[in-house]
Amino acid sequence: MRKKGRLFSFFAILIVSAVILGLVTMPIIHNVKLGLDLKGGFEVLYQVKPLKAGQKIDANTMSNAVAALNKRINVLGVSEPNISIQNGNRIDVQLPGVKDEKRARQLLSTTANLTFRDYKDRLMLDGSDLQPGKAKVAFDELNHPMVTLQLKSASKFANVTRKILNEAPNNVMVIWMDYQKGDSFQKEANKTNHKFISAPSVQSVLNTNDVQITGNFTMQEANTLRDLLNSGSLPVKMTEVYSTSVGAQFGQNSMTDTLFAGAIGVAAILLFMLLFYRLGGLVADITLAYYIFIVMGVFVGLQAVLTLPGIAALILGIGMAVDANIITLERIKDEIRSGKSILSAFRAGSKRALPTVVDANLTTIIAAGVLFAFGVSSVKGFAVMLLISNIVTFIASVYGQRLFLGLLVHSGVLNDKPELFGVRRSDIRGN
Amino acid sequence: MVTKSDMNYKHYNKFYSHLDFMKYRNVFFIFSSALIVLGIISLFVFRMNLGIDFSSGTRVDIQSSQPLSSQHVTQAFTDLGYKPDTVVLSGNKNHIATVRLNRELNQQQIAQLKNDIQTKYHVNPNVSTVSPQVGRDLARNGLFALIIASIFIIIYVWIRFEFLQGLTAVLALIHDAFFIVTVFSLFHIEVNVLFISAVLTIVGYSINDTIVTFDRVRENIKLSRKRLSTLQELGDVVNVSIRETLTRSINTVLTVLFPVIFLLIFGSDSIKTFTIALLVGLLCGVYSSICIACPLWAVMKAHYLAGRKVRRTVRTQG
Repeated sequence: MRKKGRLFSFFAILIVSAVILGLVTMPIIHNVKLGLDLKGGFEVLYQVKPLKAGQKIDANTMSNAVAALNKRINVLGVSEPNISIQNGNRIDVQLPGVKDEKRARQLLSTTANLTFRDYKDRLMLDGSDLQPGKAKVAFDELNHPMVTLQLKSASKFANVTRKILNEAPNNVMVIWMDYQKGDSFQKEANKTNHKFISAPSVQSVLNTNDVQITGNFTMQEANTLRDLLNSGSLPVKMTEVYSTSVGAQFGQNSMTDTLFAGAIGVAAILLFMLLFYRLGGLVADITLAYYIFIVMGVFVGLQAVLTLPGIAALILGIGMAVDANIITLERIKDEIRSGKSILSAFRAGSKRALPTVVDANLTTIIAAGVLFAFGVSSVKGFAVMLLISNIVTFIASVYGQRLFLGLLVHSGVLNDKPELFGVRRSDIRGN
Repeated sequence: MVTKSDMNYKHYNKFYSHLDFMKYRNVFFIFSSALIVLGIISLFVFRMNLGIDFSSGTRVDIQSSQPLSSQHVTQAFTDLGYKPDTVVLSGNKNHIATVRLNRELNQQQIAQLKNDIQTKYHVNPNVSTVSPQVGRDLARNGLFALIIASIFIIIYVWIRFEFLQGLTAVLALIHDAFFIVTVFSLFHIEVNVLFISAVLTIVGYSINDTIVTFDRVRENIKLSRKRLSTLQELGDVVNVSIRETLTRSINTVLTVLFPVIFLLIFGSDSIKTFTIALLVGLLCGVYSSICIACPLWAVMKAHYLAGRKVRRTVRTQG
């Protein structure tokens, strides 16, 4: 009875776990975060430089800059942006699935420092005088788009307009975006493509906190300006040092190609194990299925981003996971050949193989850990996958195999059937 | 002399008993040394074909629906005002073109280029640019990671096994990593940032392979219950251990090779470099674990033990 119970447990566990795996497959697949190389989109690496002389780039400035970037990316409606600080003075921005790359880049890299100056470029008002989040797009009487702002203090605006009025005939209020030292209104004024946004003339003292900027905007330009003003200015200057973009179709093709290749590769492994190790191979194949599910589950749970090299690492990890099975099964075969019963061969083989499997996997974990610590973006994705797969190998290949093979061996159905492990009777000592 | 009956169990494929790895050790050593010399020469003569990840410039990938020709793409880029450095076609219908420009483009230029290609080929190209600073940082980080990983691995093997096994295992590992570099240099295959991950994977795999064999050597030394001292005795243990683990070594490399070969044939072109590096490294890893690491350990160990004996004799005489 007890023996039949073991066999029953084997099938019961197998069926229950197959049902559970079947149920969680879809949620796992739907929650996989795809990287740029699979989904399309673009990545820019910015070098951060001080905006003003003497400004220090420390952890605080960097996190302020990242916060400002995050606000801007929200405006773009990117679902899974990935912003990280690298080397202490670089910011890596990954925007998967972004459609309008040009606008995204523009929106990201401008410091968005709005200033109001007089004709001699003397600062009158800047971004800190604006009420945050109050910029809007409106239309003038000719139905041209314009941007409206709200100031914090009407009296300050009255003061400024009075000053500018006194500078007549040069009574212009010049509105600049990202004014840089050396920029001059007088030099720019006659150009058709001038650097300032607009330069309305001030006709009277304006005691109001409503300001309108009309600058021959297109609708998109007006929207961008509004978004920039509402998400606040960047505390630093950023220049692009690396950028890469992947077309959505390109990413899609890479993914299907790689998954297809992987599927054939895995099928070949499963078949090989079955042919070479027979029943032992079947158990190895079952644990391999668990391995794939657990790895994907952990990967999704960690919110890691799946990249092309990540898929490669997953497939490679399968090969390495099989190694743990092979080491154990070879050991069990050795023990069977030395004349032991199936039961004691299984016990001795599993026990003897364990330290080998531990040593072999730990060394790979060391390599993967170092990769994770020093890698950048896509390499990091690869390292995460390699790390997870190595750790899961212990659970799935070692304990899974012990559990399933153990139940079968203990049930007694394998007694005196060395062929089921791929051992020839003539090879057994004493026969 | 360790005889068959000394071993607790020594069952291996009968075919393997003809394989004497110690006998041909000098052939292996000379072969590998020749490969290393070849690699050094190749690095000086051909250098590495560094992709933009490591140098600087712009890379444009165009995936068209129709087959492309090299001249056509070159002409198109020249018309746009960018003389391409290289144009490489790939894909089964030659419908993917990878164009390398030796200069970095700025934000506006990239937008313009994408626009132009869009109108010309009706596809949205991939455009990557790297400034030399970033490329240098990547290369430095990669090398740094390799060195750190090697140090950690030596320490681990030293603790779990013995120093000489750690040393030979790492020598085998460097041998494998360098062999990948040699192949890439000789055949002028473009190296990108994924190359570093491939080399590090092979480092992990190669050490894994060597350790499984050393593990058996350690066990067989224990089982023999004898003090082994001569090269003959050590060599016998090494031969038996390799034969015992040979099926495992071959089967493991086969199971890892299956997906790698299929990735190479059917996988995306963007990881082709990566899979080539893995393929080369895997094959080299098996060879070096069996034919270099183990025999080299036996030779070094015998030398060390002989040296100790001499020192002892000298001491007792003195």
